[in-house]
Amino acid sequence: MANQAQLLPGTLDLLILRAVSLGPLHGYGILLRIGQISRNALLIEQGALYPGLFRLVRQGLLKASWGTSENNRRAKFYELTAAGRRRLREETDNWNRLVAAIASALSVQPEEV
Amino acid sequence: MKLLDSLRFHIATLFQGSRRNAEIEEELRSHIQHRADDLERSGLDRAEAERRAHIEFGGQERFREECHEALGSNFIDSLLQDVRFALRVLRKSSGFTVAAVLTLALAIGANALVFGVMDGLILRPLNVAQAESLYGTEYGDYSGFQSYPNYLDLRDRNRSFDDLAAFNFVFVGLDTGNNPSQATGYATSGNYFDVLKIQPLFGRVFHSSDEHGRNSAPYIVLSYGYWHSRFQDDRGMLGRVIQLDKHPFTVIGVAPPEFRGTLLFVSPDFFMPIVNQEQVGGENILDARGNIHGVFEAFGHLKPGVTLAQAVADVNAVGANLEKTYPKEVSHKSSSLSRQGLTSFGGPVRAFVAGLMLLAGLILLAACANLGSLFAAHAADRSREVALRLALGSSRNRILRQLLTEAVLISLVGGALGLMGSVALLGRLSMWQPFPGAPVHVPISPDAKLYVVALVLALVSGFLFGIVPVRQVLRANPYEIVKAGSAGRLGRRTTVRDVLLVVQIAICAVLVTSSMVAVRGLVRSLHSNFGFEQRNAMLVSANLAMAGYSADRVSAMQKRMIDAMETISGVERVGLVNNYPPLVYASGSRANVFKDEIRDLRQSNVAAMPFRYDVSPGYFDAASTALLAGRTFSWHDDKDAPPVAVVNRELAGKMFGSVTNAIGMYYRMQDGTRVQVVGVVEDGKYLSVTEDQQPAMFLSSLQSPSSAAYLVVRSRRDPQELAAAMRSKVRELDAGLPVNIDTWSTLLDVVLFPSRVATVSLGVMGMMGAMLSITGIFGMAAYSVSKRLRELGIRIALGAKRTEVLQAALGRAFKLLAFGSSAGLLLGILASRVLSFIVYQATPRDPLVLGGVVLAMLLLGLLSTWIPARRALSIDPLVMLREE
Repeated sequence: MANQAQLLPGTLDLLILRAVSLGPLHGYGILLRIGQISRNALLIEQGALYPGLFRLVRQGLLKASWGTSENNRRAKFYELTAAGRRRLREETDNWNRLVAAIASALSVQPEEV
Repeated sequence: MKLLDSLRFHIATLFQGSRRNAEIEEELRSHIQHRADDLERSGLDRAEAERRAHIEFGGQERFREECHEALGSNFIDSLLQDVRFALRVLRKSSGFTVAAVLTLALAIGANALVFGVMDGLILRPLNVAQAESLYGTEYGDYSGFQSYPNYLDLRDRNRSFDDLAAFNFVFVGLDTGNNPSQATGYATSGNYFDVLKIQPLFGRVFHSSDEHGRNSAPYIVLSYGYWHSRFQDDRGMLGRVIQLDKHPFTVIGVAPPEFRGTLLFVSPDFFMPIVNQEQVGGENILDARGNIHGVFEAFGHLKPGVTLAQAVADVNAVGANLEKTYPKEVSHKSSSLSRQGLTSFGGPVRAFVAGLMLLAGLILLAACANLGSLFAAHAADRSREVALRLALGSSRNRILRQLLTEAVLISLVGGALGLMGSVALLGRLSMWQPFPGAPVHVPISPDAKLYVVALVLALVSGFLFGIVPVRQVLRANPYEIVKAGSAGRLGRRTTVRDVLLVVQIAICAVLVTSSMVAVRGLVRSLHSNFGFEQRNAMLVSANLAMAGYSADRVSAMQKRMIDAMETISGVERVGLVNNYPPLVYASGSRANVFKDEIRDLRQSNVAAMPFRYDVSPGYFDAASTALLAGRTFSWHDDKDAPPVAVVNRELAGKMFGSVTNAIGMYYRMQDGTRVQVVGVVEDGKYLSVTEDQQPAMFLSSLQSPSSAAYLVVRSRRDPQELAAAMRSKVRELDAGLPVNIDTWSTLLDVVLFPSRVATVSLGVMGMMGAMLSITGIFGMAAYSVSKRLRELGIRIALGAKRTEVLQAALGRAFKLLAFGSSAGLLLGILASRVLSFIVYQATPRDPLVLGGVVLAMLLLGLLSTWIPARRALSIDPLVMLREE
């Protein structure tokens, strides 16, 4: 647990969109999927997931419907809307640009300046 | 669908806020259960797994709140909150609410009513296919009348219409075997239904191919309404032979229910070919080029690509050509084309409705001014509350929304009330049959358009006047207002509210003035001299053609009827007039007369066009028309005697210079006959009560008998009794003769109808104006008193007299009232010039009217300041000062 990284503000939404883009999931499933695709490297407070989910639903990026989970329990399933898919693409591009810029900034050596 | 779904979602969340909570709850629980399942699988027992899952989840309460926040309060939620709050505020200030709602209801009601009338009469096209390209001919004097041969020439020579149809009215005795009754129909050209593209409900309609000359097509098509009411939807009527004026006609079909003839006002009972009109009219119009009453109106669809201007030029070219070809019979008046439906009534109806619209607009304006000052006062009263809310961190946006919600609520409620009232009134209006025995109705049916108009008007006025106080609110400095208390500044400057009030009072004074002028004019026109005395006179209309009398038997039968009537006890005198008596059904005919020395009887040599009446001996006594000189007719003035005439003073003056000169002189009729003037009678009104003095001549009915005539019976007996006695006398003479019996006064109602309607409408508008000014002044006075309670209390404490207190409290209101009233009175006098076109003898230069208006406005002022004045006088300074 100690080697898990804190989430940067605003990145939870991106992670949720990405997780859901791989197939419809319920809340707990999203949490597991994020753990799986980030190789458990990120620390996410479980309850913090839900305000994020509701916000995305309200923005029309996700849509939700009640169903039955693999554990045979009632659960709310989320999937991407067209707008959500578009947003995921944009945010991914933004993120990549940001990471590349920051990485290149951090890796600069004194003699390259 | 998507919109519907989201709406359903919103509504669901709205009414089931608890369900939203439950969903969040369930989703969080589901998460914890899933986590516990996983933990249980890794070896923990269930209870421990659930405990761990709860802990891992984190601060549940905080996340729950964040969830609510994330879901956000939706639009409808806050709207409902606004509405609930607005309702509470409005309930609290119920006086303001009632005044505002009533004001709006009045204004919207009046406007919806007038719009409904306008929609029914003007906006809505005739209920036939492609009504937009359907035009009818109209001549110089706004009538479409022309002769049948002229119509045929116009039909064949014009290059603008696809085809041209024509119709005229016929009034017949309709007999299915044993029960003759009077019915009204259209005599139409054969192509009438084809031009209109009308298919029958069942059976068939007639076509041009059915016309083979005079009296060749004895067919009738029943209107749906008549078939329904007279024959109880009996399909067996098809093929039946029924008698029109004792001539057999075969029922060949029934018109569809939505088609009620080509005139909006007059829906016919049946349609028959015009080529058979001689059988019911008793007169052959088919070859009479000089008889301009042969056709009421010709109409058709314009050819595609032909503009209205081209068509008008075309019709006029044909008319000019006809005048050149037949100078004796045709005088062409420049013609125009108008939309079908109103034809000759179009001008007056449009003018009348426009006038009404104007008045209703004024009412709306006055109401808006009223609302504006009400809202402004209301907002000022609440400035402290608004300031507090601002100080406590409410956004100005939210407060504005709140104010607008109140305005919209008031306008919706007021609009709905007004609309309900107007729909009820419109319903009554459409059922209304203004004239007994005439198939005249007002074609009105409220529809979606009306609702939309009312709603839009209500919302617009609500918004406009909800906005008045907005500036006031936005400028408000919470700190200042809270500190200063509700007394605020004592407005000595002229404010928007003052201007609004003056405008409103002025408008109301205009309305009150016009309504008084109109009422006064009507009263006068009812008591003015028509050239006959309508009181104590009964009219019996009998068309002998309806009972099958041939022309040579008409005079004898009419004499028998006159004699029979004179035997009834209580009857003083009986006379007869052919066709219609003066002022009945606005129907008179004119004839050309020429000076005796003229030999060339062309239209340009006409000396005068007097109204022509053919009357029997005894008519002038029965009608109480005063003889000024000479003699009236006797039973010797018959076919074998030389033609004689009695003229009115106007014609005598016009033709011969004076009354005494006229006696014994001669003039010529269109056909060349020399007529000798044997008497002169007083002037009168003939076609309408508002007409300028017209010339008239009376000929002996014995010399030109007509089967259609009215008996004038003078008697002081009770009309009902008398009518029964007269009916039985007629039955004794001929049981198969249908007659209508009315008092002359009843039939005068028809000519007085326009001015009566105008007077009633103006009266109602005036009442509304008065009510509006009461609420307006009341609002203003009540407001100024309540604003200055403290000041007034101090004045009283310092020993001010009652009159001084009143002057301080209400002086301003009265000043505004006086200013507004005099402005309105002045405008009203100017406006009344317009009125005199509709209402007979409407003159504002009438001390009674002027005094009446001043008195009315004064009374209004007293009435509306009564309560505020009482309040100002009853102030107890001790209570006042303790309160603050």
